[in-house]
Amino acid sequence: MEPTLHHYLVLSAILFSLGTFGVLTRKNAIVIFMCVELMLNAVNLSFIALSHFQGNMDGQIFVFFVMTVAAAEAAVGLALMIAFFRNRESIDVEDFNLLKW
Amino acid sequence: MEILFFYLVALVAVASGVLVVTCRNPVNSAISLVMTFVCLATLYVMLQAPFMAAIQIMVYAGAIIVLIVFVIMLLNLGTATEKSVSHTKAFGAAAGILILFQTLYMLSHGQANLTPGPITNEVVERVGHTELIGKALFTDFLLPFEITSILLLVAIIGAVVLAKRDV
Repeated sequence: MEPTLHHYLVLSAILFSLGTFGVLTRKNAIVIFMCVELMLNAVNLSFIALSHFQGNMDGQIFVFFVMTVAAAEAAVGLALMIAFFRNRESIDVEDFNLLKW
Repeated sequence: MEILFFYLVALVAVASGVLVVTCRNPVNSAISLVMTFVCLATLYVMLQAPFMAAIQIMVYAGAIIVLIVFVIMLLNLGTATEKSVSHTKAFGAAAGILILFQTLYMLSHGQANLTPGPITNEVVERVGHTELIGKALFTDFLLPFEITSILLLVAIIGAVVLAKRDV
């Protein structure tokens, strides 16, 4: 028996909600960033699964672009964290409260 | 047989995903994230997408994780004593479970419209996955591809400007 589309989509949903939980509960900005990467990967998995089961290449091209944007985001996001660490000596998101109401 | 392998890989992926979220030390989270990426690459191979599996390993498990680990070491982050408030955790868990049940409800009540397209397993094996990706990328998706290259250039310049001590 082969895994169906449903199996892949359920796995993708589980990983995505794990990532959401991490983003909402963790305080360390780098861990939050890693959880965002986990969510991006969950979406990539559903793109590739749907692309495979529909016999269409477009989903996989989209995954290619998602990976490129994730790499760009990693570079800029981590540079922002370094810049922030220089100012506050911490990357705890509780200290990023300038715009908090 | 294949489904047993799928369950094994999925179990490892979810377990290491849980470790990413729960580990106290950011370095342990990063290592668990590598494990998740490798499991997802395995699933991509099972989905007849070997090129995607290769760039998953190279871009994610290679480049992005190295960048994350470097920043963790550069900032010398130890095991942080997170003073996490319990209601934050409860709200986070509620939101996560809500999203999970929403997607599972959609999956069990929806019907994916699976009209088989032109790219069957037989075509992928005959032509080759990388060639199919390349053809699609340089014909139908040429403009997004060029825009992506500009995005990468902007990201490089932005990263250097942000991380430099005085511009």
